[in-house]
Amino acid sequence: MDLELDDDQRLFQETTRQFLESEMPISEVRRLAGEPAGFEREWWLSAAELGWTSLLVGEDNHGGSLSGNGLADLAIVAEEFGRAVAPGPLLGCNLVAYALDAATQAGDRSHDDDLKAILAGEMVASWAFLDAGGNWDPRSPTLTADRDSGDFVLSGRKLKVEFGEQADAILITAATAAGPTQFLVPSGAEGVRIEPLQALDLVRRYADIVLSQVRVPRAAVVGEVGGAGLPIEGLLGRLLVLQCAEMAGAADRVFAMTTEYAAARYSFGRPLTSYQALKHRFADMKTALEACHAITTGAAAAVGTRAAEADRLASAAKAYVGDRATEIIQDCVQMHGGIGVTWEHDIHLYLRRVTTDRSLAGTPREHLRHLGDLTMSREGR
Amino acid sequence: MTDTADHDVTEAPQEDLESFRLRAQAWLTAEMPRITAGWDALRDDDDRASEARALQRRLWDGGFAGICYPRRYGGLGLPPEYQRAFFEETEGYKMPIIFSTPTMSIIGPTLLECGTEEQKLRYIPAFLRGDELWVQFMSEPSGGSDMAGALTRATRDGDYLALNGSKIWSTYAYRADFGLALVRTNWDVPKHRGLTMVIVPIRHPGITVTQITMVDGSVEFCQEFFDNALVPVENVVGAIDDGWTIATRLLFHERHAVGGSSPYLSVPRLPADEGSEDLGHLAERLGRTDDPGVRELLGEAEMLITVERQLRGRLARGIATGRIPETGGSMLRLFHGNTSTRRATIALEIAGEDAIAWSPDLGTGGVGIEFVQRQSRCIGGGTTEMARNIISERVLGMPREPAADREVPFGQVPRAAKR
Repeated sequence: MDLELDDDQRLFQETTRQFLESEMPISEVRRLAGEPAGFEREWWLSAAELGWTSLLVGEDNHGGSLSGNGLADLAIVAEEFGRAVAPGPLLGCNLVAYALDAATQAGDRSHDDDLKAILAGEMVASWAFLDAGGNWDPRSPTLTADRDSGDFVLSGRKLKVEFGEQADAILITAATAAGPTQFLVPSGAEGVRIEPLQALDLVRRYADIVLSQVRVPRAAVVGEVGGAGLPIEGLLGRLLVLQCAEMAGAADRVFAMTTEYAAARYSFGRPLTSYQALKHRFADMKTALEACHAITTGAAAAVGTRAAEADRLASAAKAYVGDRATEIIQDCVQMHGGIGVTWEHDIHLYLRRVTTDRSLAGTPREHLRHLGDLTMSREGR
Repeated sequence: MTDTADHDVTEAPQEDLESFRLRAQAWLTAEMPRITAGWDALRDDDDRASEARALQRRLWDGGFAGICYPRRYGGLGLPPEYQRAFFEETEGYKMPIIFSTPTMSIIGPTLLECGTEEQKLRYIPAFLRGDELWVQFMSEPSGGSDMAGALTRATRDGDYLALNGSKIWSTYAYRADFGLALVRTNWDVPKHRGLTMVIVPIRHPGITVTQITMVDGSVEFCQEFFDNALVPVENVVGAIDDGWTIATRLLFHERHAVGGSSPYLSVPRLPADEGSEDLGHLAERLGRTDDPGVRELLGEAEMLITVERQLRGRLARGIATGRIPETGGSMLRLFHGNTSTRRATIALEIAGEDAIAWSPDLGTGGVGIEFVQRQSRCIGGGTTEMARNIISERVLGMPREPAADREVPFGQVPRAAKR
C-alpha cells in the first residue's frame, strides 16, 4: 500500500513499523500466545499513545486523522499489524470508538467517558455483530432488545466476539421494535455470560457472549433507537477494509520472506528462483498481491469518504483479498516445502491470521453473493 | 523518457484548456456525425475503412488532428490534458478509431523519436490527414513470442533492401498503406544486433497480403509474404543493424497505447470486455437471476472488473511516479488475461445449454463462440507466459531463463528444420 501514501502517512507507516519491529518481534508474539489474554494492557496503552485508537474519531472528540481519511490512515496500522501478526484489540477498539464518535455527531453524548477511555487505551472494547442463528451480515441483527419501563432488556447470543473475554465493554447490535439499535454493554453487567473459545489465531482471542435478560438503561443506546442501520453499514465497511489491509500486509511479508528463501535455496545446483515453473508462480503471486493492495486502497478511499460505491468496493475487496491473500500464503508454504508446515516456522502465524480475517464478517463467497445482489439491484432488476 | 515528455515543450499552449474544450465542443457539434444505432467502428468492411479515412480528414481540416503531435509535423503541439479534454467531448460522435492504434499511438511516436527529419515530414502529416494507414510487421510465423528472432531477411541491393520472408498477426494489413517491419540484415552477429527497422509500402511488387480466418469467423488478422520486395534504403528507421533499439521504443509505445496512457491515442481506449454483453443482462434474458449460483457468478464478474480497475489505477500511478518499474505493466496484462478468460467462462456457465444451440431471436451464440475463442485473451499482445517471465525477471529480479541464442551469431542459432 505504500505506493499511495503521502509524506505524513509514509512517516506514520515507518514509525508504526519500527515500533512493531522493536516492541513486538515474532518471538514476543509467540510468548504472548501462551498468555491468557494474548496481549498486555500496558502494551496497548503505549499503542494508544501512538495514535492507533484515535484515527476514526473526529477532532472534537480528541481524535484525528493524518490525511483527512482516518480509515486510510488506520489501514496503514492494520497492514503493519498483518506484517507483524501483532496482538491487541486494534479492530474492536477502533470500531467501537468510531461508533461512539458517530453517535456524538448525532447529539448522543452519553458515552463521552467511554470514548475517552478507549482513545487512551484504558478501555478495551469490542463489536459483537454475529448472531446465533443469523447470517454473516450484521446489517440484519436477530438478537432482541425489548423496551421495558424506560430500560431495554437484551436477550440472545453473540458469536465469535473478538477479545470478548478481555473487553471491558461490548457494542451489541440488536433488533428492536423501532429497527436495528446498538447498545454499549459493560461486560460485567448482570446476565452477561462469556464463553471463551479456542481460536486459530495464536494471539487474537474470541468468545461467545450470552445475554440472558440483560437490563440496560436508555443511556446504553449508542445513537438513535432504531437508527443503527447506517452506523452498522459504516462499521461493517470499516471492518472489511481493516481485515483486507491486515491480510494484504501479512501476505506481503510472507511473500518477501519466501522470495528471499527461494533465492537463497539451491537444489540440483540452481537457486529455486531460476526454475521457470516457480518463477511463474511467483509472478502470479506478485500480481495478485498488487491487486490486493489496489482494491484495499480503493475500498479504504470509498468507505472512508462515504462514497456511493463504498458497499460494492468493500465487498469486492473482501471477496478478492480474502481469497487471494490466503492462497498466496498457502502457495508460499508450498514453496518452502516441509519446513513451511512446522510449528517452528513463522509462516503459520500469518496463515492463521489471514484465515481468521477471511472467515469473519462474510467469507469471500458470501461477499460474491452480496456483490451479485448489488449488481442486480443497481440495474433495477 | 516518459510517454508525455516528448511533446514539444517549446510550443506553449496558445489557448487555455477550457477555451479549447468549448471550441472543440462547438466544432464537434457542427462538423462530426453522431453515432447511430448499429454503428460499429471496428466492423470490417471497405465502407467503414473509407469512412474512417474521411473522419480523420475532417479532424485534420477542423484543426483537431494530432493534438499532442508537434506543430512542425502537422499536429497541435498541445499537452496531454488537451487530448483528454477532447476525448471527453467526442463521446457520442463517430471517430476514426482504426487510425488510433497502431498508426497514431504506436507508429507515430516511434517515428517521432527515431525517424529522420525527412521521414517525419513525409509520413506524419499524411496519417494525420487520414491519407495513410499503418500496421506493424513484427511477429513471424516461426517465432511466437521471440520477436528478436526474426527470420525475414533484408539483403542490400544497391540503393535498395530486398525483403524475403513472412510476417504475421498484423491487424487490417489488407486495408493499410504502410508497415513498420523488423527484418534481419546481419546473420553473423547475435540476434538483437542484426536487426533493422524498415518502412514497407504494402501495395507493392513482391508483397502479398492474405487474411487469416479466426475461430469466431473474423478476418482482421493478416499474414504477409515478401518475395524479393525492393524497399529503398532511405526507408530504414534508425541505423542498419540497430533495429532492436527502435523495436524497444515501439514496444514501449505499444504498452502505453494498449494500457490507455499514451497521449498519442486519438480515441479513448475502452477497457476490453466493457463492450461485451453485460452478464446481468444475459442472466435476466435467460430468466436466471434468482439462481443463487448465478448471483455468485455475477458477483465474481463484478469483483474481477472492480479489482482490475483499481489495479490499473495503482500501476499507472506507480509507473508514473517511478515507484513501480515500467515492466510492472506486465502485471496488468497478466491480470487482464486471466480476468477476461474467467469472464468468458462465467458467461458460459450462466448461459448453460443456451450457449451451444440457440434460436436466432435469443442470440446467445456469442457466449459459446467467445468461450471457444477465449484463450486469444491470453495470447494476443504478448502471451501471459511472457508476462510471467517479465514479472519474475524484471520486477522481482529472479534469474533470467537460459537462452541458446545469447551471444551466438544468429546464423548458428538452432531452429526448426525447414519443411
